[in-house]
Amino acid sequence: MREGIEVMFGLPGGAILPLYQVMPEYPQLKHILVRHEQNAAHAADGYARASGKVGVCIATSGPGATNLVTGLATAMMDSVPVIAITGQVPRGAIGKDAFQETDITGITLPITKHNYLVMHTADLASTIKEAFHIARTGRPGPVLIDIPRDVLTESADFVYPDTVTLKGYKPTMDGHGQQIKRAAKLIAGAKRPLILAGHGVIIANAFDELRGLAETAQVPVITTLLGISSFPEDHVLSMGMPGMHGMAYNNIAIDRSDLLIAVGMRFDDRVTGRLSTFAPHAQVIHIDVDPAEVGKSVHVTVPIVGDAKRVLHALVNEITPTTRLEWLQEIDELRQEHPSDRLRESDKLLPQYVLKEISDVTNGNAIVVTGVGQHQMWAAQAYTFREPNSFITSGGLGTMGFEVPAAMGAQVARPDKTVWSIAGDGGFQMTMSELATIVEHQLPVKFALINNGYLGLVRQLQDLFEGGKRVSVEYSHNPDFVALAEAFGIRAFRVTDKGQMRGAILEAMAHEGPALIDFRVEPEENVYPHVPAGEGVTEMLEGPSPETEGAWKR
Amino acid sequence: MEAVTDHTISALVEDKPGVLARVSGLFRRRGFNISNLSVGHSEVPNLSRMTFVVQGDEFVVEQVTKQLYKLIDVVRVNDITGDAMVARELALVKVKAAADNRSEIMQLVAIFRANIVDVAADTVVIEVTGDEDKIDSLFRLLKPFGIKEVMRTGRIAMVRGPASTGGKPLTANVDDHNAPDVEAVP
Repeated sequence: MREGIEVMFGLPGGAILPLYQVMPEYPQLKHILVRHEQNAAHAADGYARASGKVGVCIATSGPGATNLVTGLATAMMDSVPVIAITGQVPRGAIGKDAFQETDITGITLPITKHNYLVMHTADLASTIKEAFHIARTGRPGPVLIDIPRDVLTESADFVYPDTVTLKGYKPTMDGHGQQIKRAAKLIAGAKRPLILAGHGVIIANAFDELRGLAETAQVPVITTLLGISSFPEDHVLSMGMPGMHGMAYNNIAIDRSDLLIAVGMRFDDRVTGRLSTFAPHAQVIHIDVDPAEVGKSVHVTVPIVGDAKRVLHALVNEITPTTRLEWLQEIDELRQEHPSDRLRESDKLLPQYVLKEISDVTNGNAIVVTGVGQHQMWAAQAYTFREPNSFITSGGLGTMGFEVPAAMGAQVARPDKTVWSIAGDGGFQMTMSELATIVEHQLPVKFALINNGYLGLVRQLQDLFEGGKRVSVEYSHNPDFVALAEAFGIRAFRVTDKGQMRGAILEAMAHEGPALIDFRVEPEENVYPHVPAGEGVTEMLEGPSPETEGAWKR
Repeated sequence: MEAVTDHTISALVEDKPGVLARVSGLFRRRGFNISNLSVGHSEVPNLSRMTFVVQGDEFVVEQVTKQLYKLIDVVRVNDITGDAMVARELALVKVKAAADNRSEIMQLVAIFRANIVDVAADTVVIEVTGDEDKIDSLFRLLKPFGIKEVMRTGRIAMVRGPASTGGKPLTANVDDHNAPDVEAVP
């Protein structure tokens, strides 16, 4: 409560029971009872991303705690501030293989920013204070607090410290002045600069500063998957996504660029492809709050460790406005020659059309939450994100099923917004038990099920790179998703052709409560461009051209 | 980029349960090679000092250092390889020593300024300190007598002169913190 927390997601059990039993005394703290602890962690994650606050999840010892693992790993990879509170067996039973005992601090060591096993009741308050501080500052991340049952039942004086002092933890927020000057000089001298904006821009709330840099220095902005919605996509300098399924013209532009200005991104392998051929002509300015990311994958000319908002603010002040007509024109030509942002014509219900339609109907102002796979890439490509921080997706870990509980968390955080959960039929079935929770709490989440009856991106890999040998990728007997949603008490529609699309979306939006649309999309559609794993990013399959179906450009 | 060599890294860490698991787990999951590691109390209450020997080039050592810093319980990290330092290891070795070769063993012990710390009817336990080379060569010379057991602590190291082995705190001030990055990143 002292940390401004209003909502927690959890599921009780024996070891954590003492905490639950006192909850009624704190009615200001809302607890949302989930169906599976993994979903509590994802919901807390979605809540944190949508609100910018810390998300909290609670589970009991043993299986309760281990069920959190995927959710915590997801939050760790995507730098999301989540606090997990787990019950533990009583102190005397620890290490004795007691009922529902597991070493959750050991298990979560590599997937949390930090974790605690609290052995004294008197340490509880200061530990919680520290945990929130660590979770939300610097590069955010999940922190787990494991509390033995008897530590919860003992009493101690409540002493909540005002400040936290940790000898080994003092994140650098302000960039080095000299380095910022060097960066400004590089930008002024560059002929073909590009900005690569990542999640760090969103976390730091640096939207205006990023826009300021782009406009002042006239530098096009490429957004990584998690950087999507850090820059308005209807802006003339917006370029969309790079990398494996990014826009072909972006990968070529990066290949030609002489200066990459990377802000709050970490040169993930999905962005760079084969490192040895990535951006061969470019010097690199790398702005990141985590010093370990600077120089980890790519040679950096000017490293700047600091918070994206503060560094960009300082950097913009060092820059004189300029124009770059030649470079912008060159990029324009690239966009004409490699139109991966244009949808091809077809009479079929292409999944891209669904995303485009939702984008148009919501005017690009909804919060879009996705799972992982083809539907995620189509959402990233075809939806036009206009609103800051409106795209929530599992990037680093790539967790299927994220879309259902994370959308729930996002809707709790932002009751004022329309939340669209873009789901694949694969991931949806991993976590759809939370539909019950969504109905219980009357959360008006709208689900767009991109249903192709396949683990689509895996099928695509098998088709493109395994000679079409399909193994274990087809769901031949999917449930009737409309009947299923209705069984949960959710309004549901089925769309089988293009003509029904808009009507169904409008109807789902008009419905007050949660709604689901089962889009029976063209099952064999692939995501393009596609850079084969391990290849250079310019060696992409660009897919059928907008006008014709058939052969790909390579 | 320089070749793979041994680097001696000294770290000041919070003396808390699990800190060794955090550090060793980090080495394991990031695929860093350490040939030895030793831990003990430092001069500061509640802080321990760890010494690691890491194999790798400059890039690897930079990553080791940065990743170690990300652990909340790690207070300072210093690569002291290039500094003038005293590096020592302690070893105990149990050697077969019958009456007829015991004096020969004692001569070796004297030459290496080692100590015999236990004598039994047909074995002795020798304690020796020094750098790895010295200990290795004593072991080589003892081998013909029959080595029954060996125990080594791993390297501990300290910078010579008044400078602190712990080095400057990472974030004493922002400029100090950013400055090493500038040097380290080519």
